[in-house]
Amino acid sequence: MTTTVSRREAFALGAGVVAVLALGGADKAFAKNDSDDLIKAFTGGKAPVKGKVKLDLPDIAENGNTVPLAFTVESPMTEASHVTDVLIVAEGNPRGGLATFHFSPRSGVAEAATRIRLAETQNVIAIAKMNDGTLFMDTRQVKVTIGGCGG
Amino acid sequence: MSTPAPRPRIRLDKKEAKKGDLVEVKALVAHIMESGQRKDKDGNVIPRKIINKFTCEVNGQLVFAVDLEPAISANPYLQFKFKAEESGKVVLTWVDDDGTKIVGEDTITVT
Repeated sequence: MTTTVSRREAFALGAGVVAVLALGGADKAFAKNDSDDLIKAFTGGKAPVKGKVKLDLPDIAENGNTVPLAFTVESPMTEASHVTDVLIVAEGNPRGGLATFHFSPRSGVAEAATRIRLAETQNVIAIAKMNDGTLFMDTRQVKVTIGGCGG
Repeated sequence: MSTPAPRPRIRLDKKEAKKGDLVEVKALVAHIMESGQRKDKDGNVIPRKIINKFTCEVNGQLVFAVDLEPAISANPYLQFKFKAEESGKVVLTWVDDDGTKIVGEDTITVT
Protein backbone atom coordinates (compact mmCIF):
# COMPACT_ATOMS: atom_id res chain seq x y z
CA MET A 1 0.00 0.00 0.00
CA THR A 2 1.36 3.32 -0.96
CA THR A 3 -0.12 6.51 0.37
CA THR A 4 -0.91 8.85 -2.42
CA VAL A 5 -1.70 12.48 -2.10
CA SER A 6 -4.20 13.69 -4.62
CA ARG A 7 -3.85 17.01 -6.32
CA ARG A 8 -6.76 18.37 -4.26
CA GLU A 9 -5.25 17.20 -0.97
CA ALA A 10 -1.87 18.63 -1.85
CA PHE A 11 -3.49 21.99 -2.52
CA ALA A 12 -5.31 21.92 0.84
CA LEU A 13 -2.06 21.04 2.60
CA GLY A 14 -0.28 23.91 0.89
CA ALA A 15 -3.02 26.35 1.86
CA GLY A 16 -2.67 25.22 5.48
CA VAL A 17 1.05 25.93 5.47
CA VAL A 18 0.46 29.35 3.97
CA ALA A 19 -2.18 30.11 6.63
CA VAL A 20 0.22 29.13 9.44
CA LEU A 21 2.96 31.31 7.97
CA ALA A 22 0.57 34.22 7.62
CA LEU A 23 -0.52 33.86 11.24
CA GLY A 24 3.10 33.80 12.38
CA GLY A 25 3.72 36.96 10.42
CA ALA A 26 0.65 38.68 11.82
CA ASP A 27 1.76 37.83 15.33
CA LYS A 28 5.10 39.56 14.76
CA ALA A 29 3.46 42.63 13.28
CA PHE A 30 1.20 42.94 16.33
CA ALA A 31 4.09 43.73 18.67
CA LYS A 32 4.56 47.15 17.12
CA ASN A 33 7.08 48.48 19.59
CA ASP A 34 9.08 47.58 22.67
CA SER A 35 6.07 47.62 25.04
CA ASP A 36 6.17 43.84 25.58
CA ASP A 37 9.86 44.04 26.56
CA LEU A 38 9.20 46.98 28.90
CA ILE A 39 6.40 45.04 30.61
CA LYS A 40 8.61 41.96 30.92
CA ALA A 41 11.45 44.01 32.45
CA PHE A 42 9.01 45.62 34.91
CA THR A 43 7.18 42.46 35.96
CA GLY A 44 10.11 40.04 35.78
CA GLY A 45 7.93 37.82 33.59
CA LYS A 46 5.15 37.46 36.18
CA ALA A 47 1.63 37.91 34.83
CA PRO A 48 -0.22 40.88 36.37
CA VAL A 49 -3.79 40.35 37.61
CA LYS A 50 -6.53 42.55 36.20
CA GLY A 51 -7.98 44.80 38.90
CA LYS A 52 -7.09 47.35 41.62
CA VAL A 53 -5.73 49.71 38.95
CA LYS A 54 -8.16 52.12 37.31
CA LEU A 55 -6.84 53.82 34.21
CA ASP A 56 -8.76 56.88 33.08
CA LEU A 57 -8.44 57.96 29.44
CA PRO A 58 -10.91 59.38 26.92
CA ASP A 59 -12.55 56.84 24.57
CA ILE A 60 -11.86 59.16 21.67
CA ALA A 61 -8.94 61.60 21.53
CA GLU A 62 -9.29 64.22 18.82
CA ASN A 63 -5.72 65.44 19.26
CA GLY A 64 -3.11 62.75 19.88
CA ASN A 65 -0.57 65.39 20.89
CA THR A 66 -2.11 65.86 24.30
CA VAL A 67 -4.35 63.16 25.73
CA PRO A 68 -5.26 63.43 29.43
CA LEU A 69 -4.31 60.31 31.39
CA ALA A 70 -5.07 59.59 35.04
CA PHE A 71 -4.91 56.48 37.19
CA THR A 72 -5.62 55.33 40.71
CA VAL A 73 -4.49 52.16 42.44
CA GLU A 74 -6.43 50.71 45.36
CA SER A 75 -4.07 50.47 48.32
CA PRO A 76 -3.95 51.49 52.00
CA MET A 77 -0.49 53.01 51.29
CA THR A 78 0.92 51.97 54.68
CA GLU A 79 4.47 50.77 55.39
CA ALA A 80 3.09 47.21 55.40
CA SER A 81 1.12 47.49 52.17
CA HIS A 82 1.70 50.09 49.47
CA VAL A 83 2.18 50.65 45.76
CA THR A 84 5.84 51.17 44.82
CA ASP A 85 5.77 51.67 41.04
CA VAL A 86 3.31 52.10 38.18
CA LEU A 87 4.40 51.49 34.57
CA ILE A 88 2.35 52.96 31.72
CA VAL A 89 2.93 51.76 28.15
CA ALA A 90 1.27 52.34 24.77
CA GLU A 91 1.14 49.50 22.24
CA GLY A 92 0.92 51.60 19.08
CA ASN A 93 3.44 54.41 19.54
CA PRO A 94 6.90 54.39 17.89
CA ARG A 95 8.22 53.57 21.37
CA GLY A 96 6.19 51.81 24.03
CA GLY A 97 7.18 53.72 27.16
CA LEU A 98 5.00 56.56 28.45
CA ALA A 99 6.12 56.98 32.05
CA THR A 100 6.95 55.14 35.26
CA PHE A 101 5.56 56.58 38.50
CA HIS A 102 7.19 55.93 41.89
CA PHE A 103 5.22 56.02 45.14
CA SER A 104 5.92 55.57 48.85
CA PRO A 105 3.74 55.50 51.98
CA ARG A 106 4.44 59.26 52.13
CA SER A 107 2.47 59.62 48.90
CA GLY A 108 -0.64 58.84 50.95
CA VAL A 109 -2.49 57.65 47.87
CA ALA A 110 -1.38 56.01 44.62
CA GLU A 111 -2.85 58.27 41.99
CA ALA A 112 -1.52 60.71 39.42
CA ALA A 113 -2.44 62.45 36.19
CA THR A 114 -0.50 63.75 33.19
CA ARG A 115 -0.91 64.33 29.44
CA ILE A 116 0.43 61.94 26.83
CA ARG A 117 1.06 61.62 23.10
CA LEU A 118 -0.64 58.85 21.11
CA ALA A 119 0.36 58.24 17.49
CA GLU A 120 -2.79 56.31 16.53
CA THR A 121 -5.72 54.30 17.88
CA GLN A 122 -4.27 51.83 20.34
CA ASN A 123 -4.29 50.21 23.78
CA VAL A 124 -2.73 51.88 26.82
CA ILE A 125 -1.69 49.57 29.66
CA ALA A 126 -1.02 50.44 33.31
CA ILE A 127 0.71 47.94 35.61
CA ALA A 128 1.07 48.56 39.35
CA LYS A 129 3.71 46.88 41.49
CA MET A 130 3.04 46.45 45.22
CA ASN A 131 5.72 46.33 47.92
CA ASP A 132 5.11 42.57 48.27
CA GLY A 133 5.80 42.10 44.55
CA THR A 134 2.22 41.44 43.45
CA LEU A 135 1.17 43.02 40.16
CA PHE A 136 -2.14 44.47 38.99
CA MET A 137 -3.14 45.99 35.66
CA ASP A 138 -5.72 47.82 33.61
CA THR A 139 -6.02 48.40 29.85
CA ARG A 140 -7.88 51.08 27.93
CA GLN A 141 -8.31 51.55 24.21
CA VAL A 142 -8.17 55.10 22.89
CA LYS A 143 -9.40 56.03 19.40
CA VAL A 144 -7.15 58.76 18.05
CA THR A 145 -8.42 61.10 15.32
CA ILE A 146 -5.19 63.06 14.69
CA GLY A 147 -1.95 61.31 15.64
CA GLY A 148 0.50 62.97 17.98
CA CYS A 149 3.91 61.89 16.74
CA GLY A 150 4.08 63.36 13.24
CA GLY A 151 6.33 66.16 12.05
CA MET B 1 22.60 79.59 27.34
CA SER B 2 20.81 82.79 26.45
CA THR B 3 17.31 81.47 27.04
CA PRO B 4 16.30 81.83 30.68
CA ALA B 5 15.32 78.68 32.53
CA PRO B 6 11.56 78.22 32.28
CA ARG B 7 9.72 79.00 35.49
CA PRO B 8 7.55 76.14 36.61
CA ARG B 9 4.00 76.69 37.77
CA ILE B 10 3.10 74.91 40.99
CA ARG B 11 -0.22 74.86 42.80
CA LEU B 12 -1.02 73.13 46.10
CA ASP B 13 -4.73 72.73 46.81
CA LYS B 14 -4.12 73.93 50.40
CA LYS B 15 -1.45 75.94 52.19
CA GLU B 16 -2.37 74.58 55.60
CA ALA B 17 -3.16 70.98 56.33
CA LYS B 18 -3.87 68.77 59.31
CA LYS B 19 -1.40 65.97 59.93
CA GLY B 20 -2.40 63.06 57.73
CA ASP B 21 -4.33 65.17 55.21
CA LEU B 22 -3.75 64.61 51.53
CA VAL B 23 -2.33 67.62 49.68
CA GLU B 24 -2.87 67.78 45.92
CA VAL B 25 -0.08 69.19 43.76
CA LYS B 26 -0.49 70.42 40.18
CA ALA B 27 2.75 71.21 38.38
CA LEU B 28 3.44 72.50 34.88
CA VAL B 29 6.71 73.48 33.25
CA ALA B 30 7.31 74.98 29.79
CA HIS B 31 9.38 72.47 27.82
CA ILE B 32 9.38 71.35 24.19
CA MET B 33 9.64 67.61 25.02
CA GLU B 34 11.21 66.99 21.59
CA SER B 35 10.55 63.28 21.05
CA GLY B 36 13.49 62.43 18.78
CA GLN B 37 10.95 60.96 16.33
CA ARG B 38 10.29 64.08 14.28
CA LYS B 39 12.17 65.18 11.17
CA ASP B 40 12.92 68.68 9.95
CA LYS B 41 12.24 70.00 6.41
CA ASP B 42 15.39 68.33 5.04
CA GLY B 43 14.50 64.94 6.50
CA ASN B 44 17.02 65.04 9.33
CA VAL B 45 15.88 63.66 12.65
CA ILE B 46 15.47 66.41 15.26
CA PRO B 47 17.46 65.22 18.27
CA ARG B 48 15.58 64.19 21.39
CA LYS B 49 15.39 66.70 24.23
CA ILE B 50 12.97 65.92 27.02
CA ILE B 51 12.48 66.19 30.74
CA ASN B 52 13.26 62.61 31.75
CA LYS B 53 12.86 62.78 35.53
CA PHE B 54 10.56 64.53 37.97
CA THR B 55 10.75 64.40 41.76
CA CYS B 56 8.80 65.90 44.66
CA GLU B 57 10.46 66.19 48.06
CA VAL B 58 8.71 67.40 51.18
CA ASN B 59 11.13 68.44 53.93
CA GLY B 60 13.88 66.54 52.12
CA GLN B 61 11.86 63.32 51.93
CA LEU B 62 11.03 61.93 48.50
CA VAL B 63 7.24 61.52 48.28
CA PHE B 64 6.67 61.09 44.53
CA ALA B 65 8.79 60.64 41.39
CA VAL B 66 8.25 59.99 37.68
CA ASP B 67 10.48 58.73 34.88
CA LEU B 68 9.19 60.45 31.75
CA GLU B 69 9.46 59.16 28.18
CA PRO B 70 9.23 61.12 24.91
CA ALA B 71 5.51 60.23 24.73
CA ILE B 72 4.71 62.75 27.47
CA SER B 73 3.17 65.90 25.91
CA ALA B 74 5.06 69.17 25.53
CA ASN B 75 4.91 71.43 28.60
CA PRO B 76 4.60 68.36 30.85
CA TYR B 77 1.78 68.51 33.37
CA LEU B 78 1.74 66.38 36.49
CA GLN B 79 -0.88 66.05 39.18
CA PHE B 80 -0.41 63.94 42.31
CA LYS B 81 -0.89 63.95 46.08
CA PHE B 82 1.20 63.58 49.21
CA LYS B 83 0.39 62.99 52.86
CA ALA B 84 1.06 65.98 55.13
CA GLU B 85 3.31 64.89 58.00
CA GLU B 86 5.06 68.08 59.09
CA SER B 87 5.45 71.68 57.93
CA GLY B 88 8.18 72.36 55.44
CA LYS B 89 9.35 73.03 51.93
CA VAL B 90 7.80 71.30 48.95
CA VAL B 91 10.56 71.07 46.33
CA LEU B 92 9.80 69.98 42.78
CA THR B 93 12.66 69.14 40.40
CA TRP B 94 12.55 68.54 36.65
CA VAL B 95 15.70 67.04 35.03
CA ASP B 96 16.43 67.71 31.34
CA ASP B 97 18.25 65.24 29.02
CA ASP B 98 21.21 67.66 29.02
CA GLY B 99 21.44 67.47 32.81
CA THR B 100 20.04 70.91 33.63
CA LYS B 101 17.57 71.03 36.49
CA ILE B 102 14.51 73.19 36.84
CA VAL B 103 13.56 73.62 40.48
CA GLY B 104 10.34 75.03 41.90
CA GLU B 105 9.35 75.48 45.53
CA ASP B 106 6.33 75.99 47.73
CA THR B 107 5.63 75.49 51.42
CA ILE B 108 3.09 73.52 53.41
CA THR B 109 2.08 74.29 56.99
CA VAL B 110 0.88 71.33 59.02
CA THR B 111 -1.18 72.19 62.07
